Amino acid sequence: MKPKFGVVVFPGSNCDHDAYYSLKKILEYQTEFIWHKEKDLKRSDVIILPGGFSYGDYLRTGAIARFSPIMDSVYKFAEDGGVVIGICNGFQILLEIGLLPGVMIKNESLKFVCKDVFLSIENRENIFTKSIKQNILKIPIAHGDGNYFTDDATSKELEKNNQILFRYVSSDGKADSESNPNGSFKNIAGIMNKRKNVMGLMPHPERCCNPLLGNIDGSLIFRSVAQHFLN
Amino acid sequence: MFKATVIIKRRPKILDPQGKAVEQGAKLLGFNNVKQTRIGKYIEFFVDTTDKKIAENEVREYSEKLLSNPIMEDFDFTLEEVK
Repeated sequence: MKPKFGVVVFPGSNCDHDAYYSLKKILEYQTEFIWHKEKDLKRSDVIILPGGFSYGDYLRTGAIARFSPIMDSVYKFAEDGGVVIGICNGFQILLEIGLLPGVMIKNESLKFVCKDVFLSIENRENIFTKSIKQNILKIPIAHGDGNYFTDDATSKELEKNNQILFRYVSSDGKADSESNPNGSFKNIAGIMNKRKNVMGLMPHPERCCNPLLGNIDGSLIFRSVAQHFLN
Repeated sequence: MFKATVIIKRRPKILDPQGKAVEQGAKLLGFNNVKQTRIGKYIEFFVDTTDKKIAENEVREYSEKLLSNPIMEDFDFTLEEVK
């Protein structure tokens, strides 16, 4: 069975159409938008919380969006094992609602960083990267608040439970301060919950799915998720 | 009715790049004694009740649930009765 994707639209989302376009037109999965004021997830198998600046990023990134009516349903869906992917602002919303641990603070440089980065795949025992063959992905980032922070105890938990999914690395796979675009703790670019059905990542896989754009590394993540439903 | 004032501070351990950048400005202005600039938030609002306990609980809950993020911030508040 091919999965159905639901893309949640918050006021201020601006990567919702990119996600919809890549999933529906390029990868040809059934995809629907879901307005944040709704409560029904429209029988989606995978929920995408897209990038953008929900509620203008006021107070803290994702802080207000996490109280949108749809988020109650998303929370329950995730608790029941449903697959949720938070991209950029969507990741920040997952942190605020507590489906993933930690917080995002301003980039160390104080600059909004928009460029391609390299990511190492740190874990393959999960649906998001299971069917990806290559070890390093090239995916763009575009954020001002992508500096992942968490306390020591939580960070140990993340390591222990293999919840770290992607790290920022150089093109040859080195995770150091030079390859860290935002000051993220331990070069973390993406994590999962303990159960590994919820993923948050700062890079934008939906922006590199179309072969016409010269990079399809992002599509590998969505295809890996879809593969899980096909099996 | 009560007027509430909430102050939100970043935990000392959490990096504050904004504070750091502003402090660079202070140095440019010649304020060489200025140290450890930290930027927080100041939020004020009214709570429409005559019961101070209710007002306190509401402000605390509002601050915990939405205004601050307990992973990286602490908050303090004051209440002032207004007619």
